[in-house]
Amino acid sequence: MATDKPLTKNIEIGRAPFNFKQYEAAGGYESVRKVVTMAPGDVVNLVKDAGLGGRGGAGFNTGLKWSFVPAPDGGPRYLVINGDEMEPGTFKDRLLIEHDPHLLIEGMITTCFALQAQTGYIFLRGEYTVCEERLLSAISEAYENGMLGRNILGSGFDLDIYLHTSAGRYICGEETALINALEGKRANPRAKPPFPQVSGLWGRPTVVNNVETICNIPGIVANGVEWYQGLGLGDFVGTRMSGVSGRVKNPGCWEVPVGITFRQLLEDYAGGMQDGYELKAFLPGGGSTDFLMPEHLDLPMDPGAVQKAGSRLGTSLIMVLDDKTCPVGCIRNLIKFFAHESCGWCTPCRDGLPWTEHMLNKLEEGTGSMKDIEILQEMTTYMGPGNTFCALAPGAAEPLQSGLKYFRDEFEAHVKHGCSYNKH
Amino acid sequence: MNNLIASTAIKARQLTEEEIHEIEHEKTHYPYTQAVGLEALKIVQKYQGWVSDESLLAVSEYLDIAPDELEGVATFFNMIFRRPVGKNVILLCDSVACWMLGCDNLKEHISNTLGVDYGETTKDGLFTLIPVPCLGACDKAPVMMVGRETYTHLSTNKIDQIIAHIRDESPVELDN
Repeated sequence: MATDKPLTKNIEIGRAPFNFKQYEAAGGYESVRKVVTMAPGDVVNLVKDAGLGGRGGAGFNTGLKWSFVPAPDGGPRYLVINGDEMEPGTFKDRLLIEHDPHLLIEGMITTCFALQAQTGYIFLRGEYTVCEERLLSAISEAYENGMLGRNILGSGFDLDIYLHTSAGRYICGEETALINALEGKRANPRAKPPFPQVSGLWGRPTVVNNVETICNIPGIVANGVEWYQGLGLGDFVGTRMSGVSGRVKNPGCWEVPVGITFRQLLEDYAGGMQDGYELKAFLPGGGSTDFLMPEHLDLPMDPGAVQKAGSRLGTSLIMVLDDKTCPVGCIRNLIKFFAHESCGWCTPCRDGLPWTEHMLNKLEEGTGSMKDIEILQEMTTYMGPGNTFCALAPGAAEPLQSGLKYFRDEFEAHVKHGCSYNKH
Repeated sequence: MNNLIASTAIKARQLTEEEIHEIEHEKTHYPYTQAVGLEALKIVQKYQGWVSDESLLAVSEYLDIAPDELEGVATFFNMIFRRPVGKNVILLCDSVACWMLGCDNLKEHISNTLGVDYGETTKDGLFTLIPVPCLGACDKAPVMMVGRETYTHLSTNKIDQIIAHIRDESPVELDN
């Protein structure tokens, strides 16, 4: 029987990751053996039918994204893995790569065959030094065992995979900015269209996918659509890396069936709040998502359900805000991050974020005014969707706008008294 | 950058054999040499500790990338140091999960212990303190890196131990 934990079945924290032989003995590289007997277009359709949504945060159907790549014209085509994990509160791709690097490599080979791409790049966060070492070793083992290089498994398909380690900039997680960075340029986002599938890396067809997304491909190709869809609860499909950070008893990241509720993740997996702390609010999927409140805990962790509640599932790693932590201070911390990481290309982002940070600083220090709160409210529109090339500023506006909605009284109390919470 | 270099007559230094060897290896990964720019800066930094004007010009000449274009890349990325740094760069995570678990206090403790603020280097040249965005280990917050090593579940006590170990150049054996 196929596993019900396709992403983490080989993961055992505390033991070294499987080498090639161990990984293969555990059923690894089966999807490569299978895919080389298939027509590439059928693989794309299979992944489309499975209903796998991208795991970088946007959640777009992966097979559909692949289907926009034009037919081969004899020139180069690329698969680029986005492993530049830097969304505040997100630590899932690090876990997958550190503990099962061959799963990502297998997913890349299978995906590249589907896309008929002969070069794959892994764009890895430079600070992920353990991931770097383990990926280099896995790539070299894959070459030695004929899974990479020329004429893979006698199929006539050639593939090279290279590891690129970045040097720290959040904006590189945006796919067109990532492409610029990989080309050796400043990582400013590009205007879309053209989309990378048509004109990406060096102007050639390129698919950029998140690490976790591609780690799902081996299971889907080896075991099929029905198996994959059966992994979710009810009508939900698949599994998903989900986690909790903040003042909970057992913070961590786990592979869970899509469709479990926030409450289940928080209580059954993370052990509930630490003694002496109560849940005040939570960010459902990274620093660029709107706050949700305790009354939202029984929502299923599904992009559609979370959107209806006014937020985004994002990266599906939730951060809890406890009752002893200042919500204004929390938002200030997030805005400081986004202000620092803005690439400076678009005015609302470059100028709006530092100005927003400045007003939040004033509120924290007790020198803010009611007018500042009004301007903060205006900022959420000014930095909102449609005013910038990419989603950085609109994402930054999300915790701010929901914070102003849910914690208005606390913002106003800051005008009168400054921050009355204990400093961390 | 061009004008600065012209006016101060800064010259490219000679790249070392190791640097050239590694840059040549990276070149095999990309169809265009411009893509190697960042990798080359990282290679230079690995050996020299930071990227001086002389190093930047050397890479610019070697890869035939305009100096101001390469400077644009160098200054874009957080982890390319265009000023000298200490032997050990402390990257303290100051993003939201670490903030909730007390990284501001840890920063104060490090500053008091080493006598440096963010962006500064100790007089003995051993440590530079820099904040870093979310290190992706939020379940083990607070966290920091020193060099290529990541340290988790930090406390002031644990930070003292890490600093002491690095000063003694003895291996750090801490339960992460």
